[in-house]
Amino acid sequence: MTKKVLTTPIKDEDLKDIHTGDIIYLTGTLVTCRDVAHRRLIEEKIPLPVDLKGKAIFHAGPIVRDLGNEEYEIVSIGPTTSMRMEKFEKEFIEETGVKLIVGKGGMGKNTEEGCRTHKALHVVFPAGNAVYAATSVKEIKEVHWKDLGMPESLWVCEVNEFGPLIVSIDAEGNNIFEENKVEFNRKKEEQYKWISEQVRFIK
Amino acid sequence: MNVTLDKIQQKEKMTDLMSKFISLVSYKLPDDVEGKLKELSEEEDNRLAKTIYKTMFENQKLAYELKRPSCQDTGVLQFFVKCGQNFPLIGQLDSILKDSVYTSTQQTPLRHNSVETFDEYNTGKNIGDGAPSIFWEIEEDSDKVEIYTYMAGGGCTLPGVATVLMPGEGYEGVVKFVLDRMTSYGINACPPLLVGVGVGTSVETAAMNSKKALMRPVGSRNENENAAKMEKLLEDGINAIGLGPQGLKGSKSVMGVNVVNTARHPSTIGVAVNTGCWSHRRGKITFDRNLNYEINTHEGVTL
Repeated sequence: MTKKVLTTPIKDEDLKDIHTGDIIYLTGTLVTCRDVAHRRLIEEKIPLPVDLKGKAIFHAGPIVRDLGNEEYEIVSIGPTTSMRMEKFEKEFIEETGVKLIVGKGGMGKNTEEGCRTHKALHVVFPAGNAVYAATSVKEIKEVHWKDLGMPESLWVCEVNEFGPLIVSIDAEGNNIFEENKVEFNRKKEEQYKWISEQVRFIK
Repeated sequence: MNVTLDKIQQKEKMTDLMSKFISLVSYKLPDDVEGKLKELSEEEDNRLAKTIYKTMFENQKLAYELKRPSCQDTGVLQFFVKCGQNFPLIGQLDSILKDSVYTSTQQTPLRHNSVETFDEYNTGKNIGDGAPSIFWEIEEDSDKVEIYTYMAGGGCTLPGVATVLMPGEGYEGVVKFVLDRMTSYGINACPPLLVGVGVGTSVETAAMNSKKALMRPVGSRNENENAAKMEKLLEDGINAIGLGPQGLKGSKSVMGVNVVNTARHPSTIGVAVNTGCWSHRRGKITFDRNLNYEINTHEGVTL
């Protein structure tokens, strides 16, 4: 099987044959962007200092070593819980033209709609694998909004075949986590029924 | 005069050792967790799950070789201390632990995770008001200190929840409370999880018990027969839901379920859930009065 690699700038047609559950990789520009950055753009109406059109964002707060002279090195980088950005993501996609959202865990209805309407993907990088991820970051090109501290700054990274990235929401708005949840909840009810009969310790 | 000087040197020595130990915990998982992850990966036949396990093992190998934090979220440090009444640095221990977090943050490096509340700024030092958190127990007639170091990221801290049930809801209510949290928040907390369940009187007793449960080794069982039975039932039950690594489905969901319980008021059942992610960075170190140390969770490692 050939490795599916998306390269920035990503175009709508690049996403056409990608479906939930596929594994893809990213080459190009990946910008860390999480809670406060989303809040600033959407609620505080402060323009982002980076053009994200056709590019990728990463719900992540890295550990970065400051080498002096505005040079930095990524020590560890990995995804944070994407669901925290759910309330902003649809408008975020609309305003920025971002094509790939890399994070952890599922996102909800708003993001599904954003991905369907504006042709974008939400993908999962297996979380907790921050050294593995750091080794495919070639360099930090820029950093913005350093006033937010190390985890929340916008770190503009150049990456090479960054992945594995598991497609969680595709450009049709299909959502693997929401589909899985239906099955998980059904199985949970079965388990609850069975276990609750075994733990009637108060008699 | 000499006694004071000696104490300063001792304090420096312990700060240095603890700083190195924190660093170790950031890049190497404890033996019980490593063993369980290997076991779970071997039982897995789901395509995505297998890819994820493969990434996990490669990551842990790289982290150890490069001495870098295996996960970028190195948490707000927590310490569970059992200090002998005669341990010489008993009065200095709080400041030793705080200083060691700061030193380790510079040297490892760890992420700056301490945001002062209401003023809402990151201290940039990974320490702040009440951070790290240090929980104390005093041991009679002992001159040793046992310290659990725990590094939990935001992802597996988020599912934490506590409530007080009415006795009429029984342990059935406890089961429901735990299971509901698994399919709502557990999915995003980086499974396979270690699930800590605390049972007691009120929210804070239950919450403390649930976190202590995460300090217990994977695969250990509660000494109480009924509690141990519930651990096994919950473990099998959550596994049957099949969350898989990263909540993307698989044959299992958890590394285990640990219950810690204390007596309750007759009118209440306090219950709490805490989750540890697959990258369960927990370490235990014991110092004697001369600061000779033993690392109990990571065999064959020296600082």
